[in-house]
Amino acid sequence: MNRYPLWKYITVAVALVIGFIYTLPNFFGESPAVQVSSVKATIKVDPRTLERAETTLKGAGVTHDGIFLDSNGVKVRLKDTDTQLKAKDVLEKQFNPDPQDPQYVVALNLLSASPTWLTGLHALPMYLGLDLRGGVHFLLQVDMKGATTKRLDATAADLRSLFRDKNVRHAGISRDGDRITIRFRETDVRDKGRNTLADNQPDLQLVEQGEGSDLRLVATLKPEAMKRIQDFALKQNITTLHNRINELGVAEPVIQQQGADRIVVQLPGVQDTAKAKDILGRTATLEIRMVDDTPGGLEAAQSGQVPFGTELYVERGGAPLLVKKQVVLTGDRLTDAQPGFDNQTQEPAVHLTLDSAGSRIFKDITRENVGKRMAILLIEKGKGEVVTAPVIRTEIGGGRVQISGRMTTTEANDTALLLRAGSLAAPMEIIEERTIGPSLGAENIKKGFDSTLWGFAAIAAFMIAYYLLFGFISVIALGSNLLFLVALLSMLQATLTLPGIAAIALALGMAIDANVLINERIREELRNGATPQAAIAAGYERAFDTIVDSNVTTLIVGLMLLIFGSGPVRGFAVVHCLGILTSIFSAVVVSRSLVNLIYGRRKKLASLAIGQVWKPGNTATAPAGK
Amino acid sequence: MEFFRIRKDIPFMRHALVFNVISLLTFLLAVFFLISRGLHLSVEFTGGTLIEVSYQQTADLEKVRGALGKAGHSDFAVQNFGSSRDVMIRLPLKADQNTAKLGESVMSALQAEAPGATLQRVEFVGPQVGKELAENGALALLLVVVGIVIYLAIRFEWRFSVSAIIANLHDVVIILGFFAFFQWEFSLSVLAAVLAVLGYSVNESVVVFDRVRETFRKVRGLTTPQVLDHAITSTISRTIITHGCTQLMVLSMLAFGGETLHYFALALTIGILFGIYSSVLVASPLVMWLGVSREQFIKPKKQIEGANEDGAVV
Repeated sequence: MNRYPLWKYITVAVALVIGFIYTLPNFFGESPAVQVSSVKATIKVDPRTLERAETTLKGAGVTHDGIFLDSNGVKVRLKDTDTQLKAKDVLEKQFNPDPQDPQYVVALNLLSASPTWLTGLHALPMYLGLDLRGGVHFLLQVDMKGATTKRLDATAADLRSLFRDKNVRHAGISRDGDRITIRFRETDVRDKGRNTLADNQPDLQLVEQGEGSDLRLVATLKPEAMKRIQDFALKQNITTLHNRINELGVAEPVIQQQGADRIVVQLPGVQDTAKAKDILGRTATLEIRMVDDTPGGLEAAQSGQVPFGTELYVERGGAPLLVKKQVVLTGDRLTDAQPGFDNQTQEPAVHLTLDSAGSRIFKDITRENVGKRMAILLIEKGKGEVVTAPVIRTEIGGGRVQISGRMTTTEANDTALLLRAGSLAAPMEIIEERTIGPSLGAENIKKGFDSTLWGFAAIAAFMIAYYLLFGFISVIALGSNLLFLVALLSMLQATLTLPGIAAIALALGMAIDANVLINERIREELRNGATPQAAIAAGYERAFDTIVDSNVTTLIVGLMLLIFGSGPVRGFAVVHCLGILTSIFSAVVVSRSLVNLIYGRRKKLASLAIGQVWKPGNTATAPAGK
Repeated sequence: MEFFRIRKDIPFMRHALVFNVISLLTFLLAVFFLISRGLHLSVEFTGGTLIEVSYQQTADLEKVRGALGKAGHSDFAVQNFGSSRDVMIRLPLKADQNTAKLGESVMSALQAEAPGATLQRVEFVGPQVGKELAENGALALLLVVVGIVIYLAIRFEWRFSVSAIIANLHDVVIILGFFAFFQWEFSLSVLAAVLAVLGYSVNESVVVFDRVRETFRKVRGLTTPQVLDHAITSTISRTIITHGCTQLMVLSMLAFGGETLHYFALALTIGILFGIYSSVLVASPLVMWLGVSREQFIKPKKQIEGANEDGAVV
């Protein structure tokens, strides 16, 4: 009765082997590496970059232990930290010949040192949280109200030009709070305005107010439009953050959305929080200035004498340009930039949208400077670059600006991306910050590991002393539980934190409950006179229900923590839940298969090595359970 | 080896009133301390800045305090953290302060007055996050309670679910009482520990209740207290061994886990110790007072949902 069919043994064996393989990478540790990735959205890291890095290292006589390309960039594995630093210097020089204007990030990194066949199986070590590896964590709150206000300002400007085009005579358009109020004097004009809006602005919800000659149309954003704007703002901010963080040279930054309006930024290995915050919080990287066309000015500047109040820049095409220092508009005023085509010439173009204040300034400037050139500059890392310098042909109102001329479709796309990336769609505020020193991280790993190790050893010693062979089997089951848990965490690439390690330890401490239940039940069966084989069968069978029952309550807790917890608690909850699931399998199936393997074939089994079974005399008054 | 050589059922229920009075007193004491002293909430809940620095030699706390005072900070707390070389500084939230520069300003103040400090950890939590965490924590606790009550009511009977949850909430309040009395820091990880304890001690009650139901069904002619006594006695060895093993693990965390896991492990320790007591000696008398009887398990011909033929067993 205590025999498993072959397939059950095979299932257990396969599970153990898989568990072992996926746990393995965690023991190899990490080896030093250098990572090359791109700073700018326009520069792509491709096989040619890989080739370039390889020849550079070869030329400098730096031997590497492997070089490969992945989604983050080119990674070079190196023997020790000395070679790592040397390789970094060599690559830095090759990829960023001008330190003032870096094209690539060359960063120190750590790579899993597990053999390639393991990596080939996607067996990777667990990802260590910041509290274990050191680094900075920020939680940023995106000001959604700011994003919608910005959008409404732009919409109000759109409405003005729309009504002008359609010849609708209104008595003023204003935004107050999250509403746009349009005033009219006559009912039929209002009706006309209403129809115009319904046709052209599907995102707006309209309500009629007022009477007599003071008629109003109040427009608010539809909820789905509002949601779209907020999603867009968040995505845009994440893109912007990505670009900015690239400058820090962090190997594996984490930039993720959390909830509806928050962004988590984690920078492993970064200690300079001041600089990190500075870069995260930077605004206005787009500038519009006028080009100085004074005859002779350019020549003077090229010979070294830059006229007062101007700066010398080089345009994308390579032509020099003298730009006034006075800034007309900044990126703050830009609400959107999209690639597209010119309506008349069908040339590739970039369409910019300005907010209401921006549109007004832009209108004035263009009216006064028809025939002159203006320059659109992108200020990256405190250094300006002229994206384009078009000639102003007519006065431009309504806040819609088109940049076109001498652009390919790809260039239009890239420029739009750069312009968008330059500015934040909505202001952000740091609402949570954590910095953990690298030594503290290493210490935390050791502490967590020690606690688990010694706790496990103590439980193992007790179980073997108390239950002998069955205790030993329980310990193996507990060990396999640990194996499964770590393997599962590695497979899921879950982030391991110190609370996560605590949860592993606690899961082990609680999982032993199942084996104690089984062993106690077997003893009880023996005490009541069952044969050893029957006692094993009954013990496992009847303990199972209780094990499931008691784990459900623990699982309820785990799930609630997972739903409502954040940060460290969530790390705890993930491990807690997984630990419950693996413990049922290992305590019941793995230990049973061992017991069956040892005892199952013996027909005449006289006793079990489960420790002393004490039998009371006939003095017991209460009848036993069964 | 066999620790538990129990010849007769131990008459726990004869002393039920005593146990309940003891529980009530500890409970009231815990509530009293919670109200009079309150919990010493960590920065995670209150918002504010926490800075941890370490020195090569024993840190001079007075100098550190002086340095902070000179730099214009007020309402700060400076204390040792783990060892005499590690110092923890807490600064409250201030409306007009530039939080981004707080860490640096503290470090530069320290370098001037009490040099040699290296920055280990900075934690800044804004006001909205703290409030949200406190709300989510309370909500999690509430839903855990509701979830467990519903589960036990389906699996057993409402009397069991009510007494189990009362017994185990009493554990939670006592843990909180300890934290209030000693003014230990109540952080997010302590909250996680408290909830874990709640789930864990409910297990205990489930095991005892399983036995109660089984005995009611199988054995005739026993009074309710006798049934409860029998159920507790026959599961006591398992209860103590399991708790002992879990406690071994937690003690190891307390010994090796360092300062970060200290209060987490402490909350678990208290929870496990009181868990044995309450789930066995508080929950069972409550079931008795609520009037559990044999008829409730015999009357319906069809099985209670989820139970097997024999009733679940230990």
